[in-house]
Amino acid sequence: MTVTEDQGPDLAALEADFDRTVAAEGRVEPRDWMPEGYRKTLIRQIAQHAHSEIIGMQPEGNWILRAPSLRRKAILLAKVQDEAGHGLYLYSATETLGVDRGELTEKLIDSKQKYSSIFNYPTLTFADIGVIGWLVDGAAIVNQVPLCRSSYGPYARAMVRICKEESFHQRQGFELLQTLMAGTDAQREMVQDAVDRWWWPSLMMFGPADGDSPNTQQSMAWRIKRHTNDELRQRYVDMTVPQAEALGVTLPDPELRWNDEREAHDFGDIDWDEFMQVVKGAGPCNAQRLASRRAAHENGQWVRDAATAYAAKQAARASEGAMSA
Amino acid sequence: MSMADDTTAHVEGEPRFDGTPKAVWPLYEVFVRGKRGLNHVHVGSLHAPDDTMALHNARNLYTRRNEGVSIWVVRGDAITASSPDEKDPFFAPAGDKVYRHPTFYEIPDNVPHL
Repeated sequence: MTVTEDQGPDLAALEADFDRTVAAEGRVEPRDWMPEGYRKTLIRQIAQHAHSEIIGMQPEGNWILRAPSLRRKAILLAKVQDEAGHGLYLYSATETLGVDRGELTEKLIDSKQKYSSIFNYPTLTFADIGVIGWLVDGAAIVNQVPLCRSSYGPYARAMVRICKEESFHQRQGFELLQTLMAGTDAQREMVQDAVDRWWWPSLMMFGPADGDSPNTQQSMAWRIKRHTNDELRQRYVDMTVPQAEALGVTLPDPELRWNDEREAHDFGDIDWDEFMQVVKGAGPCNAQRLASRRAAHENGQWVRDAATAYAAKQAARASEGAMSA
Repeated sequence: MSMADDTTAHVEGEPRFDGTPKAVWPLYEVFVRGKRGLNHVHVGSLHAPDDTMALHNARNLYTRRNEGVSIWVVRGDAITASSPDEKDPFFAPAGDKVYRHPTFYEIPDNVPHL
């Protein structure tokens, strides 16, 4: 599988073959030849996605012990367990590209790889749990559905599995908010406050504006990104506005209005300085998220060691038994 | 199939990128039978210290919503795969034998049930 420089003519043929497969909407599978840039970009993209799922367990996990009813607690537990599952499907996909998931975890806790900035904002009230389901998972779905057609087979298959489960996440969030909106004035204010805090960070989830996203073109040519950041962001805004109306909340953007000519909503400018600050690690919770992830990893070492020791002991006993029999 | 190469990702006990040797759990490929009457289908992979834990982890990871009635876990290094390239000439012998397909044979329209 290693392709060396001196195989010049073969390399050109392999590359042409790869390009043809991708252009024809074919799928690239793990042991196919692929350009090094494609492999590296995919590893970065999928690992960042996996890390986001794993770090994403924290803001919501924060509320499991304080969920207001057994019903909400069971739902939240199931959702956080799903996030862990999504992370593992994705780590599984990265391993088909020749990396080890243990290494990726080390890179995450050493800040050598990133995760979605949205999880660096705190969850201040239980309404945040509803808003995360509705707005944050809603944005994730808009981002992820097109990735079910990624040119890389294992990634596309993991995304199909994930998208099937995300719908539950979004609907439980919306239902939670509907319940609060049908409650007291204080509960309605709590929902509006959460929407005010999460709306703009949700829009930032789609990444920099197209003009500032230099890798988009190559990723789209490789079919590992199917739409530009701004296209997806627009789709999300147009989708969310009627949902906000149904819920009875105001999206915190005075410039948000329907544009007849474009047949889409206009919306205000995103605070890209804030976005860059959070990406660079200065968000409200960056340090806390990484410290928690590191603690979970390091404090879990004895469990992994114990399981390894137990497996070794069982194997030794089995082979002793086989010899004495 | 896409599995055998997965085992090239790491070697048990091999020093990791930071130089410290760590016990690495072997990779297992997971196959799930969606319901009785269907084949087991490859769904993904996981790491586990032994076969039993692999099965339990696969249950928790791949069948949280009744996606299966039976699970196989197979150590990745136990799988023999056809070749590194799925477009390999290994499959070429079948390529030119069109007469193995029913559509190769022309039968008049007025002959029923054929």
